[in-house]
Amino acid sequence: MQKFRANLMVCAGTGCVACNALKVKKSLSDEIGKRRLQDEVQIVLTGCNGFCANGPIMSVQPDGIFYQKLKPEDIPIIVEEHLLKGRPVEKFMFREPESKTAVPKMNDIPFFKLQVLRALRNKGMIDPENIEDYISRDGYQAAAKALLELTPEETIKIVKDSGIRGRGGAGFPTGLKWEFCSKVISSSKYILCNGDEGDPGAFMDRSIMEADPHVVLEGMIIAGKAIGATKGYIYVRAEYPLAVKRLQLAIDQAKETGLLGENILDSGFSLDIEIYLGAGAFVCGEETALMRSLEGKRGMPRPRPPFPAVKGLWDKPTVLNNVETFANIPQIILNGAEWFRQLGTEKSTGTKVFVLTGAMNNIGLIEVPMGIPLKTIMYDIGGGISKGRKFKAVQGRHGRHKLYGERGEILSRVHRGRILRQMPSLQSGDAGDVRQIDRYNRGKRKGKRHRASPRPFA
Amino acid sequence: MAKLTISDLKQIKEKHKSTFTLREGGYRAKVTVHMGTCGIAAGARNIVNALMDEIGKSGADDIIVTTSGCAGLCSKEPMVTVEILNNPPVKYKELTEDGIREIFREHVLGGKIVDKFALVIGSETTY
Repeated sequence: MQKFRANLMVCAGTGCVACNALKVKKSLSDEIGKRRLQDEVQIVLTGCNGFCANGPIMSVQPDGIFYQKLKPEDIPIIVEEHLLKGRPVEKFMFREPESKTAVPKMNDIPFFKLQVLRALRNKGMIDPENIEDYISRDGYQAAAKALLELTPEETIKIVKDSGIRGRGGAGFPTGLKWEFCSKVISSSKYILCNGDEGDPGAFMDRSIMEADPHVVLEGMIIAGKAIGATKGYIYVRAEYPLAVKRLQLAIDQAKETGLLGENILDSGFSLDIEIYLGAGAFVCGEETALMRSLEGKRGMPRPRPPFPAVKGLWDKPTVLNNVETFANIPQIILNGAEWFRQLGTEKSTGTKVFVLTGAMNNIGLIEVPMGIPLKTIMYDIGGGISKGRKFKAVQGRHGRHKLYGERGEILSRVHRGRILRQMPSLQSGDAGDVRQIDRYNRGKRKGKRHRASPRPFA
Repeated sequence: MAKLTISDLKQIKEKHKSTFTLREGGYRAKVTVHMGTCGIAAGARNIVNALMDEIGKSGADDIIVTTSGCAGLCSKEPMVTVEILNNPPVKYKELTEDGIREIFREHVLGGKIVDKFALVIGSETTY
């Protein structure tokens, strides 16, 4: 095994790729070749780092020096100064929005420091297109445990005890859903992954699928074993080409190495997973509509009961979980329910991935413990309102147009139990488009009543 | 690639351990080679190469090598700083390829400071 003294982790999420990350990468490999550092320094393309508005992004390990807004022409100076002479280049570092001082290390930047990574634990750490990278971070260990050491009942008990709720929005306890389905007797059952993320501005699931596709597969294997599934589908929208590409690559690698398909890890359990491309209808994020769409029919929701756990895809018992839910499962199986409950609130355990957009200083993808005050998200992680403007309101989740003002609500906690009663707009996790307030005010000025968009089914 | 077993999973993890020590930061020892213009002119590149070679040969997966700028004592280059976890850093001066190999074996692996190259205990703050 060749040893490198430095790893350059170049973000190749959709955001960074859109602002030329691949050209930056090419410039890096050219320059490193020119300086004859190719045997000492390795370039790794990773999934979404999360600090999307500051892309293209690169972090240099071992020291975790963070560079942002890179251009291909900036690379020669970084290679010479930092990689050759060991002097990190301040010009391309993150600066505190107010004091303007450079912060060299990624983990010292508040945006990163205050996060707790569980579902996103491999973001920026692994090459998503390399199964060995995933395995090196304990990948497929949880699947091995669930397939060889635990009974389906034990797996379900761990997931139930962890208290994890579905990350797609409705917040239904995941373990309970699995238990319902596991008790139904049927010759075929399905495990589905909902990657049909449709909320404008949200990209939590896309980032996971791009940065860590194997974790989704591993979560599905564990769930599949628990409910007795015979086949799995990942329903992902076709507008996510990079996520689709990396998922397909991950499926191919897992099949080739026997981690998917017949008799996984000699456990006797077999599961095949296929990707199904959605055409981008928002309603197909709703589970019954998604299943109809998967059957090749028009994606329309149907009334429940019967619940999908009893009659789902092709009228067979089916469990559908969100991408982020699956991404949490392997860690729960490896570390236990108690570990998972250490973070979050009593009724909403664990962490949640959010997307911050709008007029804030730091924009991107974050993972924080449930129950964190919205104020911490906005001011500490988000860095406050951009251009020194005054805070007006925050909008949670897509078209419901719920706005939260400065008094009272902003101090509310991101708590699923309360969300369901008071703050439905924060469920799916995309917090905060501050610009929405302007639209709201314009409507009022014209004397129009502000109307909420139709209530989505999810 | 053939079908994997549980022990294969563990082997793959072992194989990449040094890479992830590097990325995650869970290292036991860190050797910083000072690579200012003075260091490079005095032969710091060869020091890095010899060091990487020794690490490769030893199979150690908990040691990282970084570079930093001029340490300020240009006349004593090439210099390195060896930091073993929970121990104060030690600076070495006027190194040769054989010298760094000896320091690697004695100090980095064995924990014993090599007096003949040692300059001082302590270090300036670097990133």
